[in-house]
Amino acid sequence: MDDLIADFLTETNESIADLDVALVKLEQTPDDKETLSLIFRLMHTIKGTCGFLGLPRLERVAHAAENVLGKVRDGALAATPDTVTLVLSALDRIKLIVGGLAATGNEPAGDDGTLVEALNAAAAGDVLKAPEPVVVAEPEPEDPPAPDLPARLPVAEKPPSAPALPAVATPDAAPQAEPVSAAQTIRVTVDVLEDLMTLVSELVLTRNQLLQLARSQEENTHFVVPLQRLSHITSDLQEGVMKTRMQPIGNAWNKLPRLVRDLARETGKKIDLIMLGADTELDRQVLELIKDPLTHMVRNSGDHGLESPADRRASGKSETGRITLNAFHEGGHIIIEISDDGRGLPLDKIRAKALKNGLATEAELAAMGEAQLQRFIFRPGFSTATVVTAVSGRGVGMDVVKTNIEKIGGTIDLKSTLGQGTTFTIKIPLTLAIVSALIVEAGTERFAIPQISVVELVRARKEAGGGHNDAGSEPVIERINDTPVLRLRDRLLPLVNLNDLLALGNSESDGTGAHIVVTQVGANSLGIIVDRVFDTEEIVVKPVAPILRHVTMFSGNTILGDGSVIMILDPNGIARATGIGAGGDAKAISSSAAEALHSSERTAMLLFVAGGGQKLAVPLGLVARLEDIPPEKIEISCGSPVTQYRGRLMPLVPMPGGHSINKPRQPVLVFNDGDRTMGLMVDEIVDVVEDRLHIELSGSRPGLLGSAVIGGVATDVIDTGYWLTQAWRDWFHRTPEADTGARSQHVLVVEDSDFFRQLVTPILGAAGYRVTPASSAAEALHLREAGAMFDAIVSDIVMPDMDGLDFARTVRASGAWSKLPMIALSSRADAADIEAGRDAGFTDYVAKFQRDALIASLNQCLAEPIAA
Amino acid sequence: MTTDVPERPAAEEDEEERAFVTLMVANQPCGIPVLGVRDILGEHKITRIPLAPPDIAGSLNLRGRIVTAIDLRRRLRLPPAPADQPRMSVVAEQGGELYALLVDQVSEVMSLKASSFERNPPTLPATWAQFSSGIYRLDGALLVVLDVGKLLALNEAA
Repeated sequence: MDDLIADFLTETNESIADLDVALVKLEQTPDDKETLSLIFRLMHTIKGTCGFLGLPRLERVAHAAENVLGKVRDGALAATPDTVTLVLSALDRIKLIVGGLAATGNEPAGDDGTLVEALNAAAAGDVLKAPEPVVVAEPEPEDPPAPDLPARLPVAEKPPSAPALPAVATPDAAPQAEPVSAAQTIRVTVDVLEDLMTLVSELVLTRNQLLQLARSQEENTHFVVPLQRLSHITSDLQEGVMKTRMQPIGNAWNKLPRLVRDLARETGKKIDLIMLGADTELDRQVLELIKDPLTHMVRNSGDHGLESPADRRASGKSETGRITLNAFHEGGHIIIEISDDGRGLPLDKIRAKALKNGLATEAELAAMGEAQLQRFIFRPGFSTATVVTAVSGRGVGMDVVKTNIEKIGGTIDLKSTLGQGTTFTIKIPLTLAIVSALIVEAGTERFAIPQISVVELVRARKEAGGGHNDAGSEPVIERINDTPVLRLRDRLLPLVNLNDLLALGNSESDGTGAHIVVTQVGANSLGIIVDRVFDTEEIVVKPVAPILRHVTMFSGNTILGDGSVIMILDPNGIARATGIGAGGDAKAISSSAAEALHSSERTAMLLFVAGGGQKLAVPLGLVARLEDIPPEKIEISCGSPVTQYRGRLMPLVPMPGGHSINKPRQPVLVFNDGDRTMGLMVDEIVDVVEDRLHIELSGSRPGLLGSAVIGGVATDVIDTGYWLTQAWRDWFHRTPEADTGARSQHVLVVEDSDFFRQLVTPILGAAGYRVTPASSAAEALHLREAGAMFDAIVSDIVMPDMDGLDFARTVRASGAWSKLPMIALSSRADAADIEAGRDAGFTDYVAKFQRDALIASLNQCLAEPIAA
Repeated sequence: MTTDVPERPAAEEDEEERAFVTLMVANQPCGIPVLGVRDILGEHKITRIPLAPPDIAGSLNLRGRIVTAIDLRRRLRLPPAPADQPRMSVVAEQGGELYALLVDQVSEVMSLKASSFERNPPTLPATWAQFSSGIYRLDGALLVVLDVGKLLALNEAA
């Protein structure tokens, strides 16, 4: 391509970007003479230059636009939104043509007649002098820029249009041609800078190697001083080169005013965009990578976040919504905040969506805090927009943003208050090229962990072991069923052993101590157990070889001062590999519950303390919600404690024993069934663990099913059925009509585990069924021989002697029960198991503890024959 | 050996000579086209890469560039080298990335006539056949020509 054209393209693209911003500004402040003359000048330069280069199509559009702007400047035309829209559309056409020019070297073919006519009509609007503009070229204005252009080629001064001005502009516009920013600049291709950066990186590494050598050879002191000088110069050089890569973040923002303006017009909203800290600088590479996520988020804020003017007025806000972008430095990072004063995230919609997409069960959702719920929006395919607009709501949203930001070692978090707005906070490193990293060792290998994600270092003892009596200050790594955790300032910190994670083989563990690197990824904390911790070092991040890209545990590799290669750990990858924070929520509750669906015999249990220090547990699936009720909200009605809960009275049942009323908050487990709710008052909610359940029944004490070993501790499992009857005497004796119509249908429950049988029986009873339990398939078949008849059969799959599948086949094969609906109830509920169940003759397949699903399934199975 | 002449690939009919870096892997002489070789390294410190495919021995520092080392013995499903044996490596470039092929011994560069080239015998085990592009008959030995591109195509093989 012609060099002249190439330079014209670069310059014009800059002018177009400036024009975009200036035009939107003009619309807001129509009287701003300075902006207006800037716009006029920019447009004029484009027109002048393309006339000179022989680009007639471009020139015609620019000329017509300039005419309109001229009228505005002369005061003959007002800068109304319509005028600005017209000029913007001309600008879009110019962009299009310039794009074609860049691609092919020639102006693309096309007809701008309508646009030019519209522009001319606007220009002619009020003024008589207008009819002349259809003339394609005015020869006079082109002349001045022509001789000027070649001279500008090697070194471009920033506002290039000053000489063009006097030819057309009124004299008073000239002094406003801001000479302030006329700093000398030079255009260098990015490749040159990249090469420089690579070389400097190598230099830094070599310097580090030399320094290390010098340390080990102390007898030779001659080169210490020059080496020090070299070191300083290298540091300065590194800084200097880094500076060349730095760009103000405003460069990534300059498209936003236009975007927001268009968005406001499209959606009929009024939006103010406020940009703070636009001159905050960051690495060009980072800038490129966050451009799209930022654009997406601003669009989201405008489209989803802000309400329509009418809604805003109704909720007592000003009609104009506000989106604020704020960028600032903090440590080695740059923080970008994108906030709106809109409606906030709709928690109920998020809940419904999470439930619909199977991301969590109702019980889990109930136990989640607001922040946790809000983070669902970072999950793939999660858009709460009910209507898919052209702008957003297509579900390719925040998860992509999150991934992109994490890719560059950044984090994203959000804070949202219903009715008051949402703030996203992005934290990204200033540069990707050189980072500070902590060097650790595990299994004789060294690794680097980027300092950005390291929160603190903790030393801990590996096992409680023999030294039980020494009251050392070092915390101890505890284990829940082989999963290490650490009590850190009253929180449980999940731990992962780097040795195991990377399959490094046996560690050379020296005694009982361990170092824990506490990392923070988004809202998740994770402790990484390593054998040793060395120094921090400035490292040059190099990407890993393509054949290693699938190992997500590493974000790159680097060469240390001693010349050895080490891998850089990616805390995001580690968190993902350990199952934490797959979608941005950390609490064990969600990961363990998700797993319960997949693993065969594991059950999520809620652990709590009640009745004066007793350790108790209840299957999490049975708990509707966890609540903290302030004591003043607990009232006494008919001699029993009650509380007002969601507009109704909820009976509270204390666990016998050490229940004390004078606690600051009363933790309550809420169970519900249909429209009835009861709260079980406990002393403390401890944790949610997932474990295999081996319940040994005792049955001697009311309210307890028996005990199980959970997390290595004997724990009593409560009988929820008992406590439900404590609250509502008639909980299980309600008339069936009270529930869902007349159906005292008879259900056979075949289940070998006493625990589950005792669990399922009251649940079905509560739903209005008559239940006959059987503890084995053989027992059930005996009932068949005896001539008993049922409306449906619910059966476990995994049973001794005859399992559920064989039982189903036997039932289906012959006899009076062969047509009965059969529902399989199993902790195994993946696709293959369901398939096997159906093959054996089961009508439906329900996972254990999915109480609602079981009842829904029964209702459906029993309703069908009636309907038929 | 009557099939000898027609077996020869037509493209290399003329007595053109090609140069190969010869090397030993578990006592088998092998050759790599010299134009594909960037460097020959002696014993080098190699950093293990956890979770990497087993064929990858680790990475090493070649004058400030990080090079992924591939153990040719493991790639060819041969028994591992004796622990005390020094290994050498041949550095090759693929798609802008450098890879070091870990071998037992690197010897001279040989110019070989096309007339002594043959295709892989059909009985060659698949572990070798998939990486070999043919055999050169030398005096007293057979030289297996290794295809660097295929050796480095780890993703498909893994």
